[in-house]
Amino acid sequence: MTSVIESVGPAVSAGSTPARHPRPGAGRARKRAEIVLFVGPALLLFLGFVILPVLLAGVYSFYNLPQSFQWDDLADPERFVGFANYARALEDPAFIRSVGNNFLILSLSLLIQGPLAIGIALLLNRRLRGRGVLRLLIFVPYVLAEVIAGLSWKLLLQPQGGVNALLEALGLGAFTQNWLADPNIALWTMFAILTWKYVGFAILLMLAGLQGVPEELAEAAAIDGASWWQVQRHITIPLLGPTIRIWAFLSIIGALQLFDMVWVTTRGGPLNATSTMATYMVEKGQFGGQPGFGSAVAVILFLISLVVALVYQRFALRRDLAGSITRGVR
Amino acid sequence: MNRRSTTRLVALAAAAGIAVASLTACSAGGGDDGGGDGDITLTWWHNATSGPMPAVWEEVAAEFEEAHPGVTVEQTGYQNEELQRTLIPNALAAGDPPDLFQVWPGGELRGQVANDYLMPLDEAIPDTVSSVGATVNPWQVDGTTYGIPFTFGIEGFWYNTELFEQAGIDETPTTLDELVDAVGALREAGITPIAVGAGDKWPAAHWWYQFALHSCSPEVLQAAESDLDFTDDCWVEAGEQLEEFLGTEPFQEGFLGTPAQTGAGSSAGLMANGQAAMELMGHWNSGQIGGLTADGEVPAFLGWFPFPGIEGAAGDPTASLGGGDGFACSAEAPPECAELLAYIMSEDVQARFAASGSGIPTVSAAVASLEDPNLTAVAEGLADSSFVQIWLDTAYGTTVGNAMNEGIVNLFGGAGTPADIVKKMQDAAATL
Repeated sequence: MTSVIESVGPAVSAGSTPARHPRPGAGRARKRAEIVLFVGPALLLFLGFVILPVLLAGVYSFYNLPQSFQWDDLADPERFVGFANYARALEDPAFIRSVGNNFLILSLSLLIQGPLAIGIALLLNRRLRGRGVLRLLIFVPYVLAEVIAGLSWKLLLQPQGGVNALLEALGLGAFTQNWLADPNIALWTMFAILTWKYVGFAILLMLAGLQGVPEELAEAAAIDGASWWQVQRHITIPLLGPTIRIWAFLSIIGALQLFDMVWVTTRGGPLNATSTMATYMVEKGQFGGQPGFGSAVAVILFLISLVVALVYQRFALRRDLAGSITRGVR
Repeated sequence: MNRRSTTRLVALAAAAGIAVASLTACSAGGGDDGGGDGDITLTWWHNATSGPMPAVWEEVAAEFEEAHPGVTVEQTGYQNEELQRTLIPNALAAGDPPDLFQVWPGGELRGQVANDYLMPLDEAIPDTVSSVGATVNPWQVDGTTYGIPFTFGIEGFWYNTELFEQAGIDETPTTLDELVDAVGALREAGITPIAVGAGDKWPAAHWWYQFALHSCSPEVLQAAESDLDFTDDCWVEAGEQLEEFLGTEPFQEGFLGTPAQTGAGSSAGLMANGQAAMELMGHWNSGQIGGLTADGEVPAFLGWFPFPGIEGAAGDPTASLGGGDGFACSAEAPPECAELLAYIMSEDVQARFAASGSGIPTVSAAVASLEDPNLTAVAEGLADSSFVQIWLDTAYGTTVGNAMNEGIVNLFGGAGTPADIVKKMQDAAATL
């Protein structure tokens, strides 16, 4: 402990009192001490609560661990199974189904939520009666807590729930469905709930992006005889590009790590129809009493997310991010 | 930043880390265990969060404090699943468990005993152990008692007497064939025969447990619990019987997505609103159904009968499936913990528990204090049972239990075979 005080002390005092032996490096040393002082605690927390668990998950994934495992279980050679947990996950049709569900939600988000959000944002960006109210209504679901929204939908979409009752009342009894109970349509219902929940956020982002599109360009184009649609198609949307690409990035990561909405409404059922990698991981790792196997699933989820994120950054975000987030992107 | 300065930064950060660690180590010595001067704090975790029970446990804690000067009892109620699946396992693994807490019998108890987490109770409170009779067996490991159940009950059919009358059913089914006939009669009368909350998996799984209980001999069941050996043909037979029963379409529409106990559309809610005639469920169900009616009262039409026997099957027709809630002391708890447990199990407290209508007490003298006629019926069913098997998923532990329930729900959804269930169980057992 004392050694630390010695190493930090002089650097600090060098700044507060005139240095007896002025050195060219004194200022820099002080700066470094400041960095250590201010970044150190945060860095320690980050290492301890983020990096260490990630590394531990990697270690656990090579073991077959009992539900409440002790440290000595890691020293037991019989518990070391190498890549068997990974092989087991990749051979399990339920896990493959989960990965497929994740990527289906991902594609649907990009193909449906994106255009929908852009369209609504363009409409809301015009002078419109009740625009403020509309913006508020669209954003409310995003503000609502995930668990509350999920539970509400779960209750509404039960076979005897509010949605079916409403359809009956409207004389549309033929359209009633077991929305979350029918394995054939549960995932689509789930996507509808997710769209309801997250499209408001996308619209908000797009609206913010639209603020950055100079009005003069649209005016100039209009003077040249461009229609409203032509202005949007050739000027507004291309200039909205950076916003769209950032939104798509958030959407992709969100779709890959989808957990809470599914957990609250269906817990991955029925028959794995709505399970995602994350719900599968919790179901097997926490509730199935197999922390080692769950860790392997966590690592696979991490790797898939990492690869997708890196590829996207490299190819789609390269211009937007030049010099801002990573220096590696040129 | 060049390489040298980076390494120096890392070194500095490491030094700072050691400094922080030693600081916390210094402060950790303070200790909170008190002891020595007779002042003792007992922490007690239970699952009473609503209804009459929180007040009863609070009263019990206060009375115990009064009778034992210098002892403080800190009791807290937590939501059941969270308590059993998350809070207690984490507290035990972290080495900082509460003194008195709820323990599920079977696999969970065995795991905790294997890790030396629990206090043996036979020498500390022998009278209390013997006061609950055979219901203590599931809380014993190799003849040593580690927990004592304060409530224990069996599963059976909760049914709507009015709907039964409407469908012209005069007597409750006593055999599987009669049950199938009743399902047919109800269907014909335009009534949903049976509600099941398959969305929560375990309520559907209980159907298979019942068939297994009645297909497998008690010896096979007992051997399965200790060896996790599921090679006997009776396990596949249970699935085949269930498959055949599913063929009669006894359940409500969309049962794969129905929860068991949340909201009016849950299986308990369908019972509460008279939209289904039967539900196979544990002894706690009248309270659940009561909580989901418009007036919050247990409906007058509610009745109870035990799961019928199956003719010609190897299983004991009067065997029942059941379970309960027990309390155990942590291995490091002060001896007063066992005294508190003995007080909780005293006839007086058990009678108050029974009178509250929250469940069936385990001390037989207290059973007379039951006021709810349905709970009395369940208690009689329990007394008539030749053999009580605890819920198979708790009996076999989380890993096998989870795989088993998944396999059974697949069969319910038409996405698996009876043999798949057994294979899933064997595969899961092999990873232990």
